[in-house]
Amino acid sequence: MAYGPHTPADRERMLAALGMTSVDELFADIPAELRASPLRLDPPEPEQELMARMAALAGRNRVGLASFLGAGAYRHFSPPLVDQLLLRGEWYTAYTPYQPEVSQGTLQSIYEYESLLAELVGLDVVSASHYDGAAATAEAALMTCRATGRGRVLVSRAIHPHYRQTLETYFGGAGLRFDEVPIVTSGERAGTTDLEALGRLLADGEPVAGVLAAQPSFYGLLEPMAEIGRLAHAAGALFVAVVEPVSLGVLAPPGSYGADIAAGEGQPLGIALQFGGPYLGILACTDALVRQIPGRLVGLTTDLDGRRAFVMTLQAREQHIRRERAASNICTNQALLALAASIWLGSLGPHGLRDVAAMGASKATELEAALSGAGAPRLHPGPYLNEFAVSVPDAAGVHRRLLDRGILAGLVLGAAVPDEPSVADALLVCATETTTSGEIQAFARALAEELGLAGRAPAAEPVVAGAGAGA
Amino acid sequence: MVPGDLRYTKDHEWVRIDGDHATVGVTDFAANQLGDVVFVDLPATGRAVEQFATFGVVESVKAVSDLFAPVGGEVVETNPALAEHPELVNGDPFGQGWMIRLKVADSAQVDGLLDPAAYEKLVSES
Amino acid sequence: MTVAGPRLQPTLFELSRPGRGGGKVPHPPADALERIPPDQRRETPPGLPELNEPELVRHYVNLSQLNYAVDTGFYPLGSCTMKWNPKVNEWAARLPGFAGLHPMAPDAVAQGTLQLLWELEQILAEISGMRAVTLQPAAGAHGELTGILMIRAYHAARGDHDRTEVLVPDSAHGTNPATATMAGLRTVSVKAAPDGGVDLGAFRAAIGPRTAAVMITNPSTMGLFESRIGELIEIVHAAGGLAYMDGANLNAILGRFKPGEAGFDVMHINTHKTFSTPHGGGGPGAGPVGVGEKLLPYLPAPRVLREPDGSFRLERPGERPSSIGRMRSFVGSTGVLVRAYAYLRTHGASGLREITDDAVLAANYLKTRLADSGAYDIPFPGVCKHEFIASASSIKKRTGVRTLDIAKRLLDHGFHAPTVYFPLTVDEAMLIEPTETESVETLDAFADALIEIAHEADTDPEAVTSAPHDAPVRRLDEATAARNPNLRWRPATGAWTPCPD
Repeated sequence: MAYGPHTPADRERMLAALGMTSVDELFADIPAELRASPLRLDPPEPEQELMARMAALAGRNRVGLASFLGAGAYRHFSPPLVDQLLLRGEWYTAYTPYQPEVSQGTLQSIYEYESLLAELVGLDVVSASHYDGAAATAEAALMTCRATGRGRVLVSRAIHPHYRQTLETYFGGAGLRFDEVPIVTSGERAGTTDLEALGRLLADGEPVAGVLAAQPSFYGLLEPMAEIGRLAHAAGALFVAVVEPVSLGVLAPPGSYGADIAAGEGQPLGIALQFGGPYLGILACTDALVRQIPGRLVGLTTDLDGRRAFVMTLQAREQHIRRERAASNICTNQALLALAASIWLGSLGPHGLRDVAAMGASKATELEAALSGAGAPRLHPGPYLNEFAVSVPDAAGVHRRLLDRGILAGLVLGAAVPDEPSVADALLVCATETTTSGEIQAFARALAEELGLAGRAPAAEPVVAGAGAGA
Repeated sequence: MVPGDLRYTKDHEWVRIDGDHATVGVTDFAANQLGDVVFVDLPATGRAVEQFATFGVVESVKAVSDLFAPVGGEVVETNPALAEHPELVNGDPFGQGWMIRLKVADSAQVDGLLDPAAYEKLVSES
Repeated sequence: MTVAGPRLQPTLFELSRPGRGGGKVPHPPADALERIPPDQRRETPPGLPELNEPELVRHYVNLSQLNYAVDTGFYPLGSCTMKWNPKVNEWAARLPGFAGLHPMAPDAVAQGTLQLLWELEQILAEISGMRAVTLQPAAGAHGELTGILMIRAYHAARGDHDRTEVLVPDSAHGTNPATATMAGLRTVSVKAAPDGGVDLGAFRAAIGPRTAAVMITNPSTMGLFESRIGELIEIVHAAGGLAYMDGANLNAILGRFKPGEAGFDVMHINTHKTFSTPHGGGGPGAGPVGVGEKLLPYLPAPRVLREPDGSFRLERPGERPSSIGRMRSFVGSTGVLVRAYAYLRTHGASGLREITDDAVLAANYLKTRLADSGAYDIPFPGVCKHEFIASASSIKKRTGVRTLDIAKRLLDHGFHAPTVYFPLTVDEAMLIEPTETESVETLDAFADALIEIAHEADTDPEAVTSAPHDAPVRRLDEATAARNPNLRWRPATGAWTPCPD
């Protein structure tokens, strides 16, 4: 057997202690009519063969592309020390720290993670983690309903479609309501949350528990977060900021613009792309909301001898105590990823984090110029950090052909958000500190050829009506 | 021995009546069952509660328990000390650990509660 | 203080010194952020610690040595299945082809991973006897919510809007009732029969036209196979409800019982229990959910599909309108699923049967050792599955020493404690699950330690009630931690420091 230690002699000895001769006797309590049909699975594989199988599967993925794809998951440099530490068995094979006396490593690392994220987001309470940015956002929205006693939230359509869909699923379950706030379709605020529409939605209909907006948005744009927060608070609603943590090295954090809750995806903090997970749901709130936040919390305390120590606390919020009255059913979360993010932040420090964010911005500036020169200008005029949409006719076709040339040209927005006509015929592209000038030039050259081949002049007209006038 | 001037519920709340007001808390038995109380969630003043309806929640490190009103009425005061010192519920459950004061709606409701002897009997059988 | 061995550590913030660190990433041009409007920029940098590499690494190495882990010793935790976490799975998950794949990359470049996910679904469907599987949920509780939401969708699609109740045995894990609440349903608790199974009379009485579902853990949280399971499922189906199986205890029934074949409509699986993916100090896990025919249309989107030409793709947005939608971003916790897949391929059918046989044999052996010693109450002395309950109820009555104290004293013996005070229905409970990867020597040593502690409760109770003595810290003040929560480090304010290099 692969990992089990029991020899036939061991099994005989254990059976003898039970006064039995066959292990089948231990399954006699399964009624005959309920016994399983035989397991139809391939035979076991020794490790050597397993490794060949896994390598072959991994080899069928194409990962050596020049990638400009972001859309909620970002490739960043990670110093090798991070993964070497994560491979220590004391970290990754440890259980949840229910016996704190023998879990001080995990507990202190979670407390440090809470502290690091508190610094980044500017809010004092940070949960030990949630599943991912989407689930964290949905739970943040649920928090606003519990805290205010109201049953309706407003969600900007500039938030990642996966997050909005997840919120829809969670809200359907809870019997709560949400309305989407449209994005502006033209002018200098094109692509950002429509503040006038937000004002109307706040004024009309059922009172609003919370308003959710993302910074940067799914389209990479910088949103008027302070104004959104003011509008929300004026209507008695809470304000949830959905954030990208690397950007918080240089952008104003939620705590500075009045957010009550921050949610987001921690994957950009050095966690590998891995085709979607395991990632890291970030959830943070003001002190006033601490009893509403789901998930584990680790706090500081002392032991019997007065030593400083760390322990899971405020557990009375959680499912194992509150059961059907718990705010959330979450149990297992993403502790190892919180550790990974902490080590990554520790390895970069505040200056390194700033450099990563700023280098991404610098590369993105280069990318914008290159693509514009190739005939694909930006779709929206407003400021962005390191991600933006560009107008590309037949975006899906162009994307496919560039892929054949080894370039992953971002995300085809028309396919990802088919219900947002203002971003049809566009690609969402990003740059990080891992993007090279060579890749940018290759992308631009190939794109220029594609757009030239399509018979259109390089300086194509903007797709967004009215974007040219007064921009 | 539980205080002789109080009345009790089967959920281990006590009530002290003076005139048309009542003071409510939980008994020492409840406090022991809960363990170290860490938080008491009390209603806003002005709220009306019915007899035996929940008026709040008490939390310890390892448990959560609803608080049931021994008599109905309007909440006129909540114990301000409990926010900073929830441990008063453990240390002095019948005194400084009091939770709310009510303006009683129907004083006859007290008759439906347990007297000290009946409550002691309930506890001894738990 | 010793030279080597566990020592408490200052926090990163206390180790930080202005100007330390650097050298990891190049500097951007000075004007990189000029185009960002000033009112959108941070005014002050985040107060993150500055450490050089040696200090950072030492911090995390030293902290790690304060942890107990599967790699250091035995965890007899009932309901958690703390089996060995195979090292080859860590290698596999880190292959660049898997680790470097973007979740929104076109299907054409993700064929390896899509194939792995598709095959994993088939394997889990075969194991569970279910028709299809979703790999989207990030944890068991997430899978529970997925399953209950699908059940709601099923009833709603049939116009059956009065089904608002979920029946849950009172011995159930807290996630079950919490899940029902998240799905907008009311939990109805059903008490256990004296033999530990579901009380059939109470069950019948609680079932009715408002029953959306029953959630059953089988084997139960007492480690007992529910022999009446066929009848229970028939009753709920006859009443128009559906049967959900909490698959946390799947390690006890691999190859012996397939929930789908027995009539369960849906079940979740915890890969971090049955299929060896590491616990990571509290996650990540994954909670795949298997469904029968009735719930097939409602599976979360996107599913992984296999085309006639043998290639794989994801469902497109809107392709299956009956789906309950998304439970999360992207496709799932793929890195965890790669590990589970490798584990399942390693074992095959015969290996999985062997796992269950050994896990159940080990649990019964350990139970017999404890029962024979007379040191603990064994409330259910008959054949158990992969876990069993021992109780310190008599010890407590006799000596005042409680299960909590015994758990802490076990730490001094070099063992992690079992699950304690769960299920809630047994007094002074210890739920013990050895799994199939612990040797007989380890099982005997653990039994010996428990027996010794029971005797110590009589001869020197103080040693037990003040345990642990040999851990890096002693018992903690949890009351103060909850009364005055200190949930983050608050550094003294400091000036903006210039970049060190």
